[in-house]
This record gives sequence, structure tokens and C-alpha cells, in this order.
Amino acid sequence: MRSQIEGSRAVAETVARCRPEVVCAYPISPQTHIVEALSVLVASGELAPCEFVNVESEFGAMSVAIGASAAGARAYTATASQGLLYMAEALYNASGLGLPIVMTVANRAIGAPINIWNDHSDSMSQRDSGWIQLYAETNQEAADLHVQAFRIAEELSLPVMVCMDGFVLTHAVEGIDVPSQEQVDAFLPPFGPQQVLDPDDPMTIGAMVGPDAFTEVRYLAHAKHLRALEVIPRVADEFATTFWRSSGGLVRPYGCLGADTVVVALGSVLGTVKDTVDELRAEGVSIGVLGLTTFRPFPYDAVRAALRGARRVVVLERALAAGMGGIVTADVCGSVPDKPITTVIAGLGGRPVTKKSLRGLLTDAVADRLEPLTFLDLKHDVVERELS
Amino acid sequence: MPVQRIKFYQTGSFAVGNRLLDPDQRSVQADTERTNSLTMGHRACQGCGEALGARYVLDAVMRATGNHAVTVNATGCLEVFSTPFPESSWRVPWLHSLFGNAPAVATGVAAALKAKGRTDVRVVGQGGDGGTVDIGLGCLSGMFERNDDVLYVCYDNGGYMNTGVQRSGATPHGAVTTTTPAGNSFRQGKSLPLIAMAHRIPYVATATVADLRDLEYKATRAMEFHGARYLHVLVPCPLGWRTASSETIQIARLATETGSFPVFEAVDGEVTDVTRIRRLRPVEDYLRPQGRFAHLFGDTPRGDVISSIQAEADRNIRTFGLVETTEVS
Repeated sequence: MRSQIEGSRAVAETVARCRPEVVCAYPISPQTHIVEALSVLVASGELAPCEFVNVESEFGAMSVAIGASAAGARAYTATASQGLLYMAEALYNASGLGLPIVMTVANRAIGAPINIWNDHSDSMSQRDSGWIQLYAETNQEAADLHVQAFRIAEELSLPVMVCMDGFVLTHAVEGIDVPSQEQVDAFLPPFGPQQVLDPDDPMTIGAMVGPDAFTEVRYLAHAKHLRALEVIPRVADEFATTFWRSSGGLVRPYGCLGADTVVVALGSVLGTVKDTVDELRAEGVSIGVLGLTTFRPFPYDAVRAALRGARRVVVLERALAAGMGGIVTADVCGSVPDKPITTVIAGLGGRPVTKKSLRGLLTDAVADRLEPLTFLDLKHDVVERELS
Repeated sequence: MPVQRIKFYQTGSFAVGNRLLDPDQRSVQADTERTNSLTMGHRACQGCGEALGARYVLDAVMRATGNHAVTVNATGCLEVFSTPFPESSWRVPWLHSLFGNAPAVATGVAAALKAKGRTDVRVVGQGGDGGTVDIGLGCLSGMFERNDDVLYVCYDNGGYMNTGVQRSGATPHGAVTTTTPAGNSFRQGKSLPLIAMAHRIPYVATATVADLRDLEYKATRAMEFHGARYLHVLVPCPLGWRTASSETIQIARLATETGSFPVFEAVDGEVTDVTRIRRLRPVEDYLRPQGRFAHLFGDTPRGDVISSIQAEADRNIRTFGLVETTEVS
């Protein structure tokens, strides 16, 4: 049923309808509203059976999720920013052990300098952790992606991160259709773990693997991600059939066909980008948008297909690899190595990405006036004073 | 093949490995039906105290739970020597995740079992002293504070032995490690049993591999409680302590007989029982056989360090009442 609720609340209610059996929580902005809401649902008995564990750190949160998942429970947690980095070691462990944990990342910048506002520095820093990464464009998609995430995770025995922009989505109140229990039950079967700690059938999980087998283990992990490239769109199609709306999948082309310029982006900024592009198209500019819903595994073929007709590509990034530039750009280059690509670093640490700025930027882009690496709305006087 | 019955001759004696006791009084290890949780073929060093301790603890836990226990292991010797892929020496469900998170992973397992209504299955977390008192302390303290239904066992050999004998927070005063070449500088190391007791958890106990019957008793007793429980086992390491592999039990006994390692039980944060020292010895008797303390008895004897270690042992004796009279000469 469609109701006016906060994004975090919608995610919490959706996660509850996925019937997690263990939820671990450690507070960090802007994720906290999600686990607060879940704690109430568990305490009231609305979400049962479920154990809600208040842990002592994010490292502990992911570790509890690892133990719960290995014991055959559907496990969920949420984090952001420093918290995601604090659990980094456990992230690699969860994917290495093939545990289908689902986690919300309420995207937020990483310090220093400390900053609680939105960008993608946190999840981008964990792009090689072996987790599937899905990015929500809207709160509706954020809710929907969680239902799909459990399906994808459990089918592949891989953990999935659902990334939603902190504050911009998590704290925004809007009309959201929270999937009903009946719909979710029809879509998401109970968790049947592929490996489980069971006294009746003792199993060793997490043995030490040496040079003789480690490469093969890693190769198989890669193969699993390649399989995810087939599973993710199939699950999105099935979702559309059950829920009568389109969410998820690998990529979302918007007016890409025949467009000379295509802007590639992830997350909530896509809304502003599309509005800007609509205006430019109305003025006769040949421009389209490619939204990346799936960032890991990177959908090389889908990106290549969507960018086939483009003469130039602009990648709008919400994170920066200092000393290198755009993180997503490097992957897009892998899809279309022969096309001119410019990187735009935008919206770091919560700086608004406005239609006005985007309009100026894209006007320069279509006229080939953009530097290969551009910082949107950079206060040049400030940095030049420091650099002089 | 069925176990054969043997003609009755004599019972009621602790001799010959207490096999002459009535079956229900015998040790877990005397039982041919024991789980053998950590079975043969593992790669531990000869005389490894940790391998011995872990087998006794887990076999006792398995008997106490009717073979319904799950084990979570921290990174360390115990994990490395028992599971070189594709082999495993474990005959219990066993999960290794990371160095510093075994208590939290054990919490997760316990939470999953609770959610699934599997109250018949119990959870044991285990690790060495580095994984417990240093890198895992945050997760362990959280597990204690929440009173999660987990028995956590620390096998304390006083250092990071798996990585080549470096100092840990449990390394005793004066001990040489590869990162304290002149001898560790401060007191007896972090006392995790006391830290555990400060959390007021239902059960805390210490034990050594010198008294395996006592170790079995404490592992069994721990399973009578629900909530967070902590068992701290002193396990000599021939490699790190520079002792002969045949001396493991002897050295562990000297640790208790000198007051260096108090053996006790505590319920709800209060000491309820201590193992009294029958023949109190000076700490020198414990230190001298160990190569890691050899520098204290070298060309420049370090009487000051030995006195300081003795003072710590005396403090243990006073605090825990380890001898019948509280007066110490």
C-alpha cells in the first residue's frame, strides 16, 4: 500500500517482511532510523521469530551476521561510512565464506575531515570486497531492492549491499509502496542455506587454504559474480511480474538510444540528472542518461550496449580516488575503451548537485569543453589560495 | 566393532588414569565413546598445551550437551594446525571467521539457533590469548555484557605463538618474546578472568592442562549455566616458553603451585571456589626451567625482576586465598 513515509522506515518495513531471523545493529548516521524501526518491530513481536542483537561495533555487527548466516539464519544489518570501513575485514570474510547476508549502506562520506553527509566514498571503498553492490535511485527502489537482494544473495550464496544515499533518501519522506507480506512471501522463499553448522552433520567452515588452492577459490568467486550478472536481471524481471513495477536490474538507460552524449551515474542524483537532460533534449541537445543499478559485479556488456551509439561519455561520480580520479570511470573505460570519457566529481560530503550546475556542466560537455577530470562547483579561489 | 566388556577386578581408585572408578565417575577422556572433538593428524607441535586443552574442553562440552554443540574458532595456532585445507581435525561443527571476532560470531550462531528454536544446541567460542585479551577484547566484552548464551574459552600461552612468539597482552612480566627481547616489562599481563568477572557474567573459571580432570569439570559445569561464560585455560607452549615438549604438564603445574596462575571458579562475578596450593613453591621454580626467563638467571642475575614476579604471585595468593593460611613468608 502506498503511504507517505520516510525512506528508512520503508526499508525497515520491507526488510521485516523479508523475515530476517537475526538483525544486528550499531548506530551510525544516517543509517540509524532503519535499525531503530526494526528494533521496535522485533520488540512488538510483529517481526518474529527474530533475534535483534545490539552489538558493540560495526565489526561486531558483521561478525554476528556471519555467525548467524553460517548457522542457517537469514541475517541483516545496516551501516554507513566509518562503520562500513570498521567492518571491512569482516566484509571480505562474509563474501569469502559465501554467506548471503544483506546489508543496507546509507551512503555517507568518510573522514577525515569528519563529515556525516552523503556521497559514495564508503561503498566505493569496498567495491573489491566480493559483495554484490546495488544502488537505489529512489526510496521506492531502495525498498524494492532489499526484497530482490535476499533472493539474489541466497540464490548465489553471496552477500549483497543495498546502497541508498544517506539523508537524501534515508531521511526523505515521500510516497512509497511498501511491499505487502503476501507479495514478499510469494516472491521470497524461506532461506535454505547451502552450508550450515549442524551438530547432526558436522562441517568445518573457514579452513586455511594455501597456494595450492587459493587461486581456484578466487576464480570460483569471480565466476559466481559473473553468474550474478544473469541472476540480477532475472530477479528484477520476476519482481516486476509479482509487484507490477520495475526496480533493480543491471543498468537503466534513459534516452541513450541515438544520444551523442551519455551521462553515467549511480544513486539518487540520477533524478536531477534526468530532469536536466529532459530540458536539454527539449532544446534539441542529443543527450541521454545511463543509471548503474548494479556496480558489483560490473555489468560490462550492458554498459557497452547502452553506450554503443554515444560519441562521448560523462561519468558523474560521488566519490574520488585521490591520485587517480574517478572510480566508476575506470570501469566504464573497460566497457568502452575507445570512447572519450570525462569524469565529473560531484556532490562530495553532501554538497548539493543542482540542476543549475548540471546544466552548465552538460552544456560544456556537449561542446567538448570539459576537462578530463572536473570537480563540479569547485571553489577555485579557495583551492588556489591553498595551493599557491 | 563393539566395545568389549571387561571382567570386574577392582574399582574406586584414581590410579591408571582413573579407569578404576565407576563408569559414571570416570573422566570424559576415559570414555571410549568420547567425541574426540579434535582428532589425530593435526599439525600442532609436540607437547602443545593448547591442542590438549581444546580436546579436553570440547569433549567435555560434547558429553555435557549430548553432542549438540557448535564451535567458533578465532584465528591462531588452534585454527591453523587443525584445518589445513582440504583436511580438518574437527569432529564438531566448526567455523573460523577472523582473528578478533570469534565472540561476536559465536553470538551470531547463538542468535540464529535461538531464532530457529534450536535450544538443544549450545555454542562454544575459542581462541588463544592474543585473539582473546587483545584483538578480540571488544567483541568479547560485548558478548559478556549482553549475556549471550556462549561459552568462550581462552587457551592462554602468553603470546602470539602462531606468528612466531610475539608479546601479547597476556605475556607475563620478564618473559622474552621476539618483540620483547629484553623481557616483557609489566606485571602479569591482562587478567581476562577478572575482566570477565567485572561483567558479572554467570560463570568464570580458570584451569590448566596440569589438572585435566579439573578442566573437564569446569567445561562441564560451564554448560550447566546459560548466558555468557568464560573459561581461561593456561596452556604451556614448548616453542614460545622454550621448554621441552615433555615438560608441558609439569610447567603448568608449577604455574599453579607458585601462585603465578590462580585456579578458581566465580559465579555471578564472585569467587566461589579456589584450588588450594598443597606445596607452595617460590616462583623461581616455575621460571627457571623456561628458556623465556633464562636471562633472569644469567651472568647478570635479575633478582629485581624475580622479586617483582614473586610479589605478583604473593598478591594472587592473598587475593584468592590460594594457601590455607593467608600469611605468606
